[in-house]
Amino acid sequence: MLTWVPIGVTIGFAALVVAIMVTINRLVAPRHRSPVKDLPFECGNPPSGSAWGRFSVHFYLVAILFLVFDVEVILLIPWAAEIRRLAGFGLGEALIFIAVLVVGLVYAWQRGALDWD
Amino acid sequence: MMSVPPSWFMALGALLFAIGAAGVLIRRNVIVMLMAIELMLNAVNLTFIALSRSLGSIDGQVIVLFVITVAAAEAATGLAIIIAAFRNRETVNADELNLMRW
Amino acid sequence: MTAFNLAAIDIAWLPICPLIIVGVSAMAVLLAGVRVRDDESQGLGVLTLALIALAFVFALGLLGQSGIAFAGAIAADNFAVFFELVILISAALVVLMSIDYLPAFGLSAAEYYALLLFSTFGMMLMATGGDLIVIFIGFEVMSISVYVLAGFLRRSLKSNEAALKYFVMGAFSTAFLLYGIALVYGATGTIKLGPIRAALSNPMAGNPLLLSGIGLMLVGFGFKVAAVPFHMWTPDAYEGAPTPVTAFMAVGVKLGAFAGFIRIFMVHLGPVSPDWSIVLWVIAAFTMTVGNLVALVQVNIKRMLAYSAIAHAGYILVGMTAAGSQAGGAILYYLLGYAFTNLGAFAAVIALERRGVESDLITNYRGLAVRHPGLAAAMALFLLSLTGVPPLAGFLGKFYIFSAALNAGLVWLVVIAVINSVISAYYYIAVIVAMYMREGEAVVGALGRRPAVITALAVAAIGTVLIGIYPEPYITGALHAFNSAFGAALPRTASILP
Repeated sequence: MLTWVPIGVTIGFAALVVAIMVTINRLVAPRHRSPVKDLPFECGNPPSGSAWGRFSVHFYLVAILFLVFDVEVILLIPWAAEIRRLAGFGLGEALIFIAVLVVGLVYAWQRGALDWD
Repeated sequence: MMSVPPSWFMALGALLFAIGAAGVLIRRNVIVMLMAIELMLNAVNLTFIALSRSLGSIDGQVIVLFVITVAAAEAATGLAIIIAAFRNRETVNADELNLMRW
Repeated sequence: MTAFNLAAIDIAWLPICPLIIVGVSAMAVLLAGVRVRDDESQGLGVLTLALIALAFVFALGLLGQSGIAFAGAIAADNFAVFFELVILISAALVVLMSIDYLPAFGLSAAEYYALLLFSTFGMMLMATGGDLIVIFIGFEVMSISVYVLAGFLRRSLKSNEAALKYFVMGAFSTAFLLYGIALVYGATGTIKLGPIRAALSNPMAGNPLLLSGIGLMLVGFGFKVAAVPFHMWTPDAYEGAPTPVTAFMAVGVKLGAFAGFIRIFMVHLGPVSPDWSIVLWVIAAFTMTVGNLVALVQVNIKRMLAYSAIAHAGYILVGMTAAGSQAGGAILYYLLGYAFTNLGAFAAVIALERRGVESDLITNYRGLAVRHPGLAAAMALFLLSLTGVPPLAGFLGKFYIFSAALNAGLVWLVVIAVINSVISAYYYIAVIVAMYMREGEAVVGALGRRPAVITALAVAAIGTVLIGIYPEPYITGALHAFNSAFGAALPRTASILP
């Protein structure tokens, strides 16, 4: 049971910090309620348009590209973990893998997916 | 040092998988269905890790790395298909995508 | 944890040469095609064709190999090479159908051909995979590329819907397959197919982990080969997708999925076949019956061919239920004939398609024999082969599979299959009747400058006839491919050759 004590202490400490911050906010923050502030969207400012407005498709494109390139790098972790024993062979494999990713990047670049206009 | 037995992880994985499968079948928003599918894949990842640990074999962990990347590619493709459909139809509700029946 | 030993891994580049060629080709076509204008994309198609031919030559050179490479991750056997060859032929025919189709429908060629090659790569990887994770990666590379291809007509609502439905159902089934792999891994302690088979040879029938794993994998593959009750996505995806992609889905995806399905179930899960063969029996019976009955009421030819594809998956499942090396060879022969026949039928549909003209209804085929006698004759040939009329490829394929099933004692399943073949004649012949005995107005004018799709039609027609009237080398080759890969592992069964 003793092994669980540090976890309990951590949870207790986290709760304490949150409680202190919430209390300070209660005491110090100025409060002026107004109908505009109670709106869930763009609270505090007069709303300018619907929350369902469309974003430029570029946001999706960049997000999708980021998602793919960011996650694919995970495949380098096993190589990094055994980098010494894999030696030259492993380096070659990693370079091939990165080259494949670069092909994707070059394609996206040439297609204009990275231009923001 | 106490440790949680692997069967608990297996049970949690099965539960998450069931929740994900139910989500795909019940929810009608395509984006929520996509999230439910991701939940199913992550439930399988948990199962793989638990099995890898209890079998003392590293294969399960290697598979998880592959599954994570495949899931990312699948999510990116799925989002792109959903955006393409949304731009033409203005809906992400699976029941309204009903041009073809039988 | 077992220590990783680099020296124990047999790195053999030769068995994966065709795979490397196709993968690198996909990337090369993608980069080369970015600057090519959509209406001048024929050159890119020819380049793709040449690269597929190169991979085909290398795959031919691998015939006769046996063994494993990459510590069992790659199975270098004739079964894999046979599937690689048929998959490459299918991909080449689909490229031929697309060369004129893409500019006519304003589709961007670089992405199209690259995705086609990537999915071909995935199919070949499924055929060559020697462990569950490689087969899974192949499954996903194939599927994700085809999801995008299905939605390639971006402005078409039907194409959007087809891609979305195919994606959601496909990703759903992927999760099942993966969970099945996880549980089989848990039950046997390995993901390599050879050791799985060895582990199963010990008496462990009734292990709930193993049984659940097999069941979940069956669901995953069932979705991909469009077996009833996992077929709901098929007609919509087939109808909405661009027609060359539909052809690829009906043939290529089926080849890849069956390659993995057969290798895992018929061969390496063979020791526990009593546990799953009864389930497969029921699925095969339902797949044939539902596919054929619903096909009867279709008015759209692409939907009709979709249900026909479901029914044909059912006939192949009959062969898988029969198990044994003779059934395996029969299935390979069947798939070869099916590839030519079905691709030919879709090529005929494509030859009639024009942008903005609705030509997919069966009523549009009325009087086709008067307007385009050659096209009508070719279409009739493919439909007769799909029905199973001798001496075409479709007849002998069914004959071999049903003989193998009879030898295995599956009398009732064969009775159901034969009844279904008779039912199927009704809707196939209905199209022939429409073409030859009804009068109709032309929805499209002259066929005109479409040399590539005509070539595809001709190649498919020659294949369908040749494999049917001169079956000797093909059935012997198919039996040899299966036997040399797995013969030692399977029980000997009575020969299906007369």
